[in-house]
Amino acid sequence: MHLVLFLVFAGFCLAGAINLLLQSHPINSALSLIVVMASLAVLYLLLGAEFLAAAQFIVYAGAIMVLFTFVVMLLNAGREERTLGSRAARTIGFPAVVAILAVLATVILHLQGMGTAGLSQGITTTEELSTVLFTKLLLPFEVTSVLILIAILGAVALARHGHGEREETPAHHETPERTVAK
Amino acid sequence: MTILQFFLWSVLKVAVVTVVMLLGVAYTVLLERKLVGRIQNRWGPNRVGPFGLLQPLVDGAKSFLKEDMIPAGVYKPLYVLAPVLSLGCALISIGVVPFGEPKTGPGGLDLFEISNVNIGLLVILGITSIGVYGIALAGWSSNNKYSLLGSLRSSAQLISYELALGLSLVGVVLVSQSFNLRVIVEKQAEKGIVTWNIFGGFQFVAFFIYLMAAYAETNRSPFDLPEAESELAGGYNIEYSSMKFAMFFMAEYANMITVGCVATLLFFGGWTSPFGNLIDPPQNVFAHALFPMFWFVGKVFCFLCLYVWVRGTLPRFRYDQLMRFGWRFLMPLAILNIVATSLWLAYR
Repeated sequence: MHLVLFLVFAGFCLAGAINLLLQSHPINSALSLIVVMASLAVLYLLLGAEFLAAAQFIVYAGAIMVLFTFVVMLLNAGREERTLGSRAARTIGFPAVVAILAVLATVILHLQGMGTAGLSQGITTTEELSTVLFTKLLLPFEVTSVLILIAILGAVALARHGHGEREETPAHHETPERTVAK
Repeated sequence: MTILQFFLWSVLKVAVVTVVMLLGVAYTVLLERKLVGRIQNRWGPNRVGPFGLLQPLVDGAKSFLKEDMIPAGVYKPLYVLAPVLSLGCALISIGVVPFGEPKTGPGGLDLFEISNVNIGLLVILGITSIGVYGIALAGWSSNNKYSLLGSLRSSAQLISYELALGLSLVGVVLVSQSFNLRVIVEKQAEKGIVTWNIFGGFQFVAFFIYLMAAYAETNRSPFDLPEAESELAGGYNIEYSSMKFAMFFMAEYANMITVGCVATLLFFGGWTSPFGNLIDPPQNVFAHALFPMFWFVGKVFCFLCLYVWVRGTLPRFRYDQLMRFGWRFLMPLAILNIVATSLWLAYR
């Protein structure tokens, strides 16, 4: 049962990811990404991580992808243009992809001694997860939150910068009129 | 219990709950029209059947028989998908709501809940967050500026208020120490009304935030900006006709019912009676099974009446007021509530 579900949702995940690349309209790509996120949540659930699955679903498939579609709708982005790709991308790109895949494969093969994460009947409760998160992994957890704080500060700084410029715009607008008047 | 039995019971439960839910949606519409009518000093629908009770069925037949028009400029796959997504998400979330005593069926089966999930509360939040796409895509795919404005408003509003909604629930989860809706109810059951989360758990601030955010999440007045008919001529559903329009309409009312159910479970003790253990539970099997149902339905009904009452009396907010209220008032209040609840739990 677990294996069947895993195969089905891993299939959805891959199909969504490939569809994401093939679609030429941004909104279709965004919807494919939602499928990828939602199937990933199911895969987490199959591994017994119920809280992680719910968080993945709410945060990524729900909130973040709504923002994506929001932006696509707001900009009313049209169909993307097809190009044949540059020669540099073809000559350097394919070897680079092969190299990255090789590195990843070696790392995964190297790590096989670390034990496996099986599809499990058991479920890690939210309580266990939070205990680990707030005792063993406290430092990485806090560092991550500082990282997110930096991102928020950056966003605020960018937004404030734009705001400051807008206040100056009347002066900018006046200059061309004056030159015309002269 | 074998897998086959489990499967058949599940199918039966899903069928019954869906039918009851759809009937509930139909009669919530009637309730709203009647009550708003009385608030505005008129009778409301009273021609079809006694007291107008058959009105919802006639309305349903009408929307089935109307011509289903698809405008020329729409992006068809998403135009068709949007109402399905909207109604689907609205109906699915009832699947984790418990509405009666556990283990009442044969062989210790949960007769009054489709599935008992450890993280039921999070599942409901997740499904609600997917329901947004129905409205967003409907507005975008209709190729109409009013629809687009409606769905842009709706996406922004839902993102903003989902935060406050989620944070307000954290207080309840802290008090009950579980995401399981059944456990949350059973923690409140002990002394009836005194131990309900809204009174005994000191979560009235959380309830206030939840209520405000729920009005915004279900696009109901006074936060029904996405379909403000005076400025957007109907908003995201303007290009929809016939059954597709009816599906959006039903989704809105189904969401109202779900929100009422969740509020009942989290703050008002779910299916337990307000008198707690003062009155002994009835010994008769049927009474034992149906009494909790009575309390649950009664509480949800009160919630729906509150919805209609608010719609009948309050004017619509302006968009900037809505955003300011969500971000500058509800969000900080929800965070303060979490801090206060944690301190109270730590030092009591």
